[in-house]
Amino acid sequence: MLRRRLNRLCGGDEKRVDSRTIYVGHRPCPDTEAFIPSKFCDNRIVSSKYTVWNFLPKNLFEQFRRIANFYFLIIFLVQVIVDTPTSPVTSGLPLFFVITVTAIKQGYEDWLRHKADNEVNKYPVTVLEDGRSVKKESEKIKVGDVVEVVEDETFPCDLILLQSSREDGTCFVTTASLDGESNHKTHYTVPDTEKDLQALTAAIECEQPQPDLYKFVGRMHIYKPEQEPAVRSLGPENLLLKGATLKNTKKIYGVAVYSGMETKMALNYQGKSQKRSAVEKSINGFLLVYLCILISKAIVCTTLKYVWQSKEGQDEPWYNQKTQKEKDTNMYLKMFTDFLSFMVLFNFIIPVSMYVTVEMQKFLGSFFITWDKDFFDPEIQEGALVNTSDLNEELGQVEYVFTDKTGTLTQNNMEFIECCIDGFQYKHRDTRSELDGFTVTDGPVNKLQQKAGREKEELFLRALCLCHTVQVKEAGSEVLTDQVDGIDGMIHQPEEERGFIASSPDEIALVKGAMRYGFTYLGLESKSMKIRNRQNDIEEYKLLHVLNFDPVRRRMSVIVQTSLGETLLFCKGADSSIFPRVRPEEVDRIRMHVERNATEGYRTLCVAYKQLSAEEYAVADTGLREARLALQDREEKLMAMYNQVETGMSLIGATAVEDRLQEEAAETMEALQGAGMKVWVLTGDKMETAKSTCYACRLFQRGTELLELTVRTLEDGSSKREEKLLELLGDYHKKAVQDAPPVKAGVTRSWSTANQDYGFIIDGATLTLVMNPPRDADASLYRSLFLQICQNCTAVLCCRMAPLQKAQIVKMVKNSKGSPITLSIGDGANDVSMILEAHVGIGIKGKEGRQAVRNSDYAIPKLKHLKKLLLAHGHLYYVRIAHLVQYFFYKNLCFILPQFLYQFFCGYSQQPLYDAAYLTMYNICFTSMPILAYSLLEQHISIEILLDNAALYREIANNATLRWRPFLYWTVLGIFQGLLFFFGVRCLFSNPALQDNGQVFGNWSYGTIVFTVLVFTVTLKLALDTRHWTWINHFVIWGSLAFYVFFSFFWGGIIWPFLKQQRLYFVFANMLSSVSAWLVIIILILLSLLPEILLVVLRKPRGLHSRQKKPGQSNVGDNQSSQSSARPLLMRTFSDESNSVI
Amino acid sequence: MMASSYSAKEEDGHHSGSAGLGGTAIRTRKPDNTAFKQQRLPAWQPILTAGTVLPAFFVIGLIFIPIGIGLYVTSDNIKEFEIDYTGTDMSSPCFNCSQSFSWNSTTPCKCVLFFSLEQPFESNVFMYYGLSNFYQNHRRYVKSRDDSQLNGDERSLKEPSKECEPYRTNENKPIAPCGAIANSMFNDTLDLFYIDPNGTKTQIPVNKKGIAWWTDKHVKFRNPGSNPNLTAVFIDTAKPVNWRKPVYELDTDLDNNGFINEDFIVWMRTAALPTFRKLYRIIQKKNNMTPTLPKGNYSLEVTYNYPVRSFEGRKRMILSTISWMGGKNPFLGIAYITVGSICFFLGVVLLFIHHKYGNRNNSSDIAN
Repeated sequence: MLRRRLNRLCGGDEKRVDSRTIYVGHRPCPDTEAFIPSKFCDNRIVSSKYTVWNFLPKNLFEQFRRIANFYFLIIFLVQVIVDTPTSPVTSGLPLFFVITVTAIKQGYEDWLRHKADNEVNKYPVTVLEDGRSVKKESEKIKVGDVVEVVEDETFPCDLILLQSSREDGTCFVTTASLDGESNHKTHYTVPDTEKDLQALTAAIECEQPQPDLYKFVGRMHIYKPEQEPAVRSLGPENLLLKGATLKNTKKIYGVAVYSGMETKMALNYQGKSQKRSAVEKSINGFLLVYLCILISKAIVCTTLKYVWQSKEGQDEPWYNQKTQKEKDTNMYLKMFTDFLSFMVLFNFIIPVSMYVTVEMQKFLGSFFITWDKDFFDPEIQEGALVNTSDLNEELGQVEYVFTDKTGTLTQNNMEFIECCIDGFQYKHRDTRSELDGFTVTDGPVNKLQQKAGREKEELFLRALCLCHTVQVKEAGSEVLTDQVDGIDGMIHQPEEERGFIASSPDEIALVKGAMRYGFTYLGLESKSMKIRNRQNDIEEYKLLHVLNFDPVRRRMSVIVQTSLGETLLFCKGADSSIFPRVRPEEVDRIRMHVERNATEGYRTLCVAYKQLSAEEYAVADTGLREARLALQDREEKLMAMYNQVETGMSLIGATAVEDRLQEEAAETMEALQGAGMKVWVLTGDKMETAKSTCYACRLFQRGTELLELTVRTLEDGSSKREEKLLELLGDYHKKAVQDAPPVKAGVTRSWSTANQDYGFIIDGATLTLVMNPPRDADASLYRSLFLQICQNCTAVLCCRMAPLQKAQIVKMVKNSKGSPITLSIGDGANDVSMILEAHVGIGIKGKEGRQAVRNSDYAIPKLKHLKKLLLAHGHLYYVRIAHLVQYFFYKNLCFILPQFLYQFFCGYSQQPLYDAAYLTMYNICFTSMPILAYSLLEQHISIEILLDNAALYREIANNATLRWRPFLYWTVLGIFQGLLFFFGVRCLFSNPALQDNGQVFGNWSYGTIVFTVLVFTVTLKLALDTRHWTWINHFVIWGSLAFYVFFSFFWGGIIWPFLKQQRLYFVFANMLSSVSAWLVIIILILLSLLPEILLVVLRKPRGLHSRQKKPGQSNVGDNQSSQSSARPLLMRTFSDESNSVI
Repeated sequence: MMASSYSAKEEDGHHSGSAGLGGTAIRTRKPDNTAFKQQRLPAWQPILTAGTVLPAFFVIGLIFIPIGIGLYVTSDNIKEFEIDYTGTDMSSPCFNCSQSFSWNSTTPCKCVLFFSLEQPFESNVFMYYGLSNFYQNHRRYVKSRDDSQLNGDERSLKEPSKECEPYRTNENKPIAPCGAIANSMFNDTLDLFYIDPNGTKTQIPVNKKGIAWWTDKHVKFRNPGSNPNLTAVFIDTAKPVNWRKPVYELDTDLDNNGFINEDFIVWMRTAALPTFRKLYRIIQKKNNMTPTLPKGNYSLEVTYNYPVRSFEGRKRMILSTISWMGGKNPFLGIAYITVGSICFFLGVVLLFIHHKYGNRNNSSDIAN
């Protein structure tokens, strides 16, 4: 009450309080003095970023926030303001182009979003107002409205279910669009509201909106005339989320609690942090270098200019007087503008187009992943999905792979293998004939072995049938009831036809397992569970409570009442969570089985039960109900209550379920390890199971020495846990790190068997201890020891991990020395945190919903696809983009260097060497397409070979082609070629009479010759680097050159009316008429490519063996490789040398 | 980045619309199995190896060395004579002219230089003037012109481009042709005389046409209007301040007067480097019997109008014959010979390595 008053005082400012109050149908409630509607946001979804009015300013602001765009804007403004050598058009046009294209793209995307928003916002809905149904637009719904939704419609906002057309007060929804889980989920009406909604006067108190889809806490006060208000607790099972779809239910009524941007769906679509790739960091590094080059060039030129001008007669000879304005300008201001002019003249060294090309390459390149048919999984009819194209190249740089176990390494396709009842093993022989033979009385019990007492057996099977949250698929259940009423003979239908839906596949496996032994679960109807026992009798149990499963308790229970009135609690859960809660003498008999099963790689669960006396039940019942109604700390209170109830049980058995390995899981892991990646398995599963999976996946091999750091090893000795931990850490560190022979970088581990392999195992509890060591210890010491051990191990297994701990591990490795690139792969909601944390997050389109996929950067249907994604796609993307970046810097360096050198010959007057058209077009038209085609199509090694030789991945490890050395090589190459171009032509122009009629060439001819050499050299250099010539490469490379020639003729062939100066009029044609120009162009191109050709010949070729295996698609290539048996010999002699340069 | 926003869109709105169908229409999203999409386009995969490059090196060497020799010989056969007439030196005949230069003097200063040709110039001889330390490629200079005025645009004639400042107007009249380039047009007159062994001086006839690019002369440069009377056309314009004569008095020949005067057009094509030469006159070969310029003594009469002393420039007169590759320039020949030799040498080295290490390496490979 107090809160409500307070609420009113604060007006609509709901943000300050931690709950909100909603009046159903806006009807005031009796015990509130005055009805003041609180203000909530309207039900409009706004996913769009812009409106028509703010698009231009906002979009421009966003775009110019990018440092590169801002830099180009500054350059452009300088050109506009200061008298600069090149017209503003030369840099304004590309910038304008980039900005416009981006703006159009973003505008279009925003328009689509607007359209989608409108579709949602204008969607007609039916709202109950004063007893009448009123059609409204969805966006007009206010919190508190009672909304009607019919079958197959989506909910327009988050609703509390009040009334359903189904008799049992349930409705089914599918949340496929929210989390991808397509199964039907049951939601319940609030109890006691099933009557005339018009008469219902109620207030709902619930928490403020929060994004967790699976959490909701609320309370409903129902006011009835002349009665105490009734209070009902509300949970996620009462909440219908916006975006979910109503299924199998004719009609429901619900009251809106969260609307518009406050719905859980809207809250969930916010903020996925942008990941940046290492390549981008390299680019920024290079950019800085080039910026320094640019500034130093400008400074050198400015200084020299003033030195030169100080000589008499140079600054202002009689033939070249300054204007009055120039004479009046302040000397220092002039120096500054001169500096700016030089900056503008040389600014092409940092090209706008590189950003465009990189962006395009990433965007277009990512299509190859989605298009790859190898990633197509016929089972789910889907291929790979790319959520971020920014990280393509990062796939080629992965050093650490963190993988989830369940659903990722294993199929999450559970199969009931065996069970153990009261210490006796029951193994089901998985043959069809056996299935047919399973008849009612005998049961399929393995007759070779001793059996437990029938009593125990049946108790166990009933427990399996009752202790779960499985639903029977709606359509199937109708058929089933028919059968039960009718023909008995039809009962033995194959179990596949009976659809079960459950949140965890284990449960289905268990229920199906029980079915094999004669106990069939028929479904839940109005709170009573029906099972058919071996005698074909239907047993009914009243479901009193479900104590839900959660990962902390690692168990779940149900409390049921038999038809005889007994109250029973069935509990199933992990051994570690069950054993302490049962009588110790029962444990030993079962433990043996459990452990044996675990080492065989099965998932084991223990089943226990307990009979509750009436008093016990009464206590538990009230306790549970109270805890459920609690508005605050509900979770904690429930947990405490659960723990209190689940004690003193007796163990009746254990089950073993097999989780089969994913297809090619072992091969994939082996390939990843062969590629030099370290694979860490992070799982919530128990150590033994996880370990066996690791062995099965060949992550651990026979020779691997396991270093275990688990609770068990810690408690082995007599000393305290903390001491033992430090001792063990030191021990392992000595073994794995200090004694290990110094590993040379990139040495292939898998080939040298001499080295001892280590595997490291740690569990969640110990990890907590390592991360948060006892007070007096040095936290960083523990961590660094741990990290060093891990980094020296072949494979690391972290078991019993909570989701957050997974992320913690990833973060720790990510931030360790050398900041290695990490990749996380997982399929479930529990992997989301580590997927988001890692540099690259991969989601598997598995069975555990779509949350991992939604939060991932790339999603693939199966684990086996990871191999191709990394080894082939990642490798190629990396090589492509690295080459793209290096090439761009190189081609602009040798573009601008002659221009810089020309300043020494033109009195430092900022005279451009090239015509403005060439300056503008160089990056946009003449040299952009070949590199784009290269960066999309290049396969320097064919995909098959990449897949066959995982070791090739190591060649590009550690950002190999974007380190400073290759960068230096490219820079030196650019400088060499720039010098050659300029001085080669300079020597030619020592006598400018180059035509056979004695006529002379001027400065524009000079520039055009240099430019022609430049365009051809730069393009041919790329042609030399291209190893994979598709027709597109041919078309684009030769097409670019042809276009250059054509354009030059065209540009010089006409007196352009809009140009102030006809600088290039017939310059190109005249150039071509001079034999000398031809000769100099040819020799300069050849000379500048000569070192490159030499290097290519002498460079270590990529794997000889791989060439021999090359498939027949490259006839010419084969021809040549067979011709050249000489290569390997050369490569050995020169490999050291060439390695030092490349 | 783009991809992510697309998928967000799909999740936002798309489903609400299509969810009604409830998965009745399951689309097969199997990627197309086209060569392009699967990155399996047929491709040529060339590998540059010693095997392929070796012959190329030899071929290049074998082609380039003869070309280089040819170029070198051609260049060497070109006869060139150069004489500096700046007159910085006291002993130089033009010393007085260079010292006493003033823009206002009405009487031209003349000086005569004597020289002798050791060898006869057989074919057509091209006469160039050369300037040194003259920055025709200075930015302020290069842009100081109005091409539309020179193209005969009458509006630009009356109102020249701003780029021409400070040579745009004089005494409120537009300057034609405007700009620094035109203003500083080379205006020395060079006359060449042959001195017979017996002492008689005969002027060598020269041709002042054909020295400019054909396209410049016929398209880029046009006199304004169609009126053949250039005096009338240029009536409202001023001559460039440093010119002695207005533009319509550059030549008496109507076809070589005004903007289409070839000396003017040649000057307007700005040189690439501060030391340059420009074609001045062509001495046509008369007949096959006598050389164009026989061996002997000559005199060069200079009308010294063009001052270069203020910026320490030099002036030269160059006589040169021309080959198919242009003027004398040994650079190309040397470059071709050098590159050819390098290629040949590299070829030999590679071949040597190839043979020496080839077999051993092969065997070790097999052993592996």
